[in-house]
Amino acid sequence: MSSAVVSTSAALGRPFVFDDDPEVCDPASTPRKSISSATPGARRPFDKLRAGSQDRRRDAGATERFSVDDVRLAGITSASRLNIRPAPEMASSGVSAIDALAGGLPRGCLTEICGPASSGRTTVLLAALAAATRRGEFCVLVDASDALDPHSVVAAGVELDRLLWVRCGESSPQKSRAKEKSSQAAFRFVQDGPRKDENRLEQLLRATDMLLESGGFGLIALDLCDLPLQAARRIPLTTWFRYRRAVEHTPTVLLAIEQHPIAGSCSSLLLKLGSENDQRLAASTEQAAERQKNAAHGVSRGFTAGSEEAPEGRKKTALDFPYPAHAQLLTGLEIRVELIRSRLERKPTRSTSAAFAGKTTWAG
Amino acid sequence: MSFACIYVPNFPVAAVLRAEPELLAQAVAVLEGKPPLEKVLAVNEKANGIAPGMTKAQAELCAELALRRRSPQQESAAHAALLDCAQSFSPCVEDAACDSALLDLSGMEALLGPLPEIARAIYYRAADLGLKANVAAATNPDTAVLAARGFSGVTVIPSGKEADRLGSLPIEVLFADRLEGEAKKEASRLLETLDRWGVRNLYALAALPEIALSERLGQKGLHLQQLARGTASRTLVPIEEPLTFEEAVELEHPIILLEPLAFLLNRLLEQLCARLGSRALATQELRLTLDLENRTGIDQEFENFGIPSESDASHGESQSDSAPQYFVSSWQGRFSRTLRLPLPMLDTKLFLKLLQLDLNAHPPGAPIVKLHLAAVPARPRSAQGGLFLPPSPEPEKLELTLARIAGMVGDNRTGELALLDTHHPEGLRIPRIMSAQRESAPKTADPPEEKSAVTALRRFRPALRADVTLESGQPLRVVCTKKKEVQGEVLWKAGPWRSSGDWWEKEAWSRDEWDIALQNSSGVALYRLVHLLLGGGWFVEGSYD
Repeated sequence: MSSAVVSTSAALGRPFVFDDDPEVCDPASTPRKSISSATPGARRPFDKLRAGSQDRRRDAGATERFSVDDVRLAGITSASRLNIRPAPEMASSGVSAIDALAGGLPRGCLTEICGPASSGRTTVLLAALAAATRRGEFCVLVDASDALDPHSVVAAGVELDRLLWVRCGESSPQKSRAKEKSSQAAFRFVQDGPRKDENRLEQLLRATDMLLESGGFGLIALDLCDLPLQAARRIPLTTWFRYRRAVEHTPTVLLAIEQHPIAGSCSSLLLKLGSENDQRLAASTEQAAERQKNAAHGVSRGFTAGSEEAPEGRKKTALDFPYPAHAQLLTGLEIRVELIRSRLERKPTRSTSAAFAGKTTWAG
Repeated sequence: MSFACIYVPNFPVAAVLRAEPELLAQAVAVLEGKPPLEKVLAVNEKANGIAPGMTKAQAELCAELALRRRSPQQESAAHAALLDCAQSFSPCVEDAACDSALLDLSGMEALLGPLPEIARAIYYRAADLGLKANVAAATNPDTAVLAARGFSGVTVIPSGKEADRLGSLPIEVLFADRLEGEAKKEASRLLETLDRWGVRNLYALAALPEIALSERLGQKGLHLQQLARGTASRTLVPIEEPLTFEEAVELEHPIILLEPLAFLLNRLLEQLCARLGSRALATQELRLTLDLENRTGIDQEFENFGIPSESDASHGESQSDSAPQYFVSSWQGRFSRTLRLPLPMLDTKLFLKLLQLDLNAHPPGAPIVKLHLAAVPARPRSAQGGLFLPPSPEPEKLELTLARIAGMVGDNRTGELALLDTHHPEGLRIPRIMSAQRESAPKTADPPEEKSAVTALRRFRPALRADVTLESGQPLRVVCTKKKEVQGEVLWKAGPWRSSGDWWEKEAWSRDEWDIALQNSSGVALYRLVHLLLGGGWFVEGSYD
């Protein structure tokens, strides 16, 4: 959450009325009104405050101040109070570039990671899960579109016995039974796209509520990547506020990956990922072509090379290069990270971004 | 030496009252025999005017009387509870009869306090287990048995005072309540003889001359006199029964809805947990067996069965939408569910909630006439939390959360991820058990090593069928009708990567994998394209992200 709430009083350089500073609230230096004299008899603190306000109005122009004890006893915290909240503990994201950029993932806060397809969102998510499970924490992944690849999870180094996987997407058993029983089951069972998305979203939100209520997890990850933007935007902002409130003051990292930011101001950290796949692939293609040129007998049997020239009327594509397809492998993704918003520090003067590479398992 | 005896008077009635505690304030009679020749077997003290041996028609004249049939399951459960109570105080327990248990308390004073305190503790423990018992402690087992049969409540007979305390008891206490066959005839013959002699209580029997008694009644008479004097001595025969924790309820009227079933389950679970707790045990597996009413047709009334009102209201489904195929299995007459827990637990509320959620998801589908609940005992978990260990979810809370989520997303869709020993890309299973290692510390105390990020694959489940245009055997253009962004010219590709497996089974598979790059609205996206060599067809299996 925010590290400091700076009031307008601070901006204007005026002293804080309810500050703990003894110099500001020194009763000897300021003509403090005696509350007991204004209202005889024992009164509650709130009565004291109210009586003090009346007295202050009566003595217009005089500087009125109350002791900190009076205000604290009244149970009122002034809006102008300089309230420095402790900075949240940061957990490693598993990617050193992100740790260097944002300091890691804040505990007790909501973090959003957004980006288009093939931008490395899942790669970052698995890295965060791997780091958390290596720390001995129990993690949960609520998968809205049932898209998790188990082999990628293992390759990322996630300890499986510390990961709970919730696969949304199927309708509940009771609903399924109800549909099967119906005489028109054949027609009703086929769910249209938006309805299915709503069902998945509903399951995700309810499961997240339950998991947050259960507590004890080090990382709760929500995978909203494949949800259409319209469906994701239907999540009410109050839900994100509720999640933020539920996770507050807990050591849990609430992490959501999605296409576009949807939690608004509820997220404490917002990272945007982008890929540099086109440059990388172009370079890879050129390298492969270079290798093929240099290799005197490089063409394997069974894989005929493409023609040297592109067919007429068509732009030259990678296929047109004279090399077999298996001469290259997908070695990974170039991922660019941009820090869009962080409520943990002041707004940076310039755009901050970093880049890292994600390697495929077979690339070593 | 000191022994104690726990005796449950009117045992058939006590077994019924243990299963149905709401009858404690009523007059209850237990019937035995086949209709229409049913007779009253036992009654409780509130059943004035009703005596054992009456016919059912005679007993029914009493309007306030609750009549119950004798239930062997309930009696065996009550007997097991009685033994559990005894074994929670001493490892040396003799199963004296179905309604009494003897336990050796020698040496227990140092551990549990003086003998009167132990006897009181036994009395209260039996009450906790739903049994109103008489408890007697004495220096020899037979004296303890006689005192427990003769005196209600807690009785402690000090050494040397046996004859004085037992003297006032009637002579009938020497014989067990329910004898059968020759033993019963022998007992009635002895009682008749003693009655003719004018011997009405144990004091009179103890005062008879030994030789004369021996001449008339033989060794049996002498043994009875020793019992009456409290001087008989024998060794205990301890039992070594397997630990079985089972409770059962037979219903006079079948249960149709799940709400009333929850009350019965709660009662059974409380009894089971009390028994497990008395043995300092917990359970990791609960087996619920429901005997279903054998019906030949489906009434509209029973179509609503098993549809929980609480959760269905939120789903907005009507109750009449229950599934008929679940009724099919119910005609076999028995419905079983097993609840396996990741760790040993002993929490009645948790068990009840888990069973309710399970039955909501898998309703039995027919009216229930009998419930049987068994718990597999396990040692309670002993874990000490560490100050510096990372937080972990509470097992009970987590289990309940998982059950709720499973009820929402479906079975086998939540839990740990486990890979199967296969090269098949979808070779995974999701065992429900979360965290056998939950209580263990992280494997290394060192800071976690930094690993380079591994490019992940996002799977499309199910895989998207694609139309692929080939050129020289390589994909040139991909069109996927189900996902509009997955189509276009192949900008870049790598492959094929061929794999196969399970060729010795029907589910053999063989495939070529291609990694391709396609242009979409937000840039270049990488996909995995698969060509199934056996079944044919191209599929987009996922995207690299």
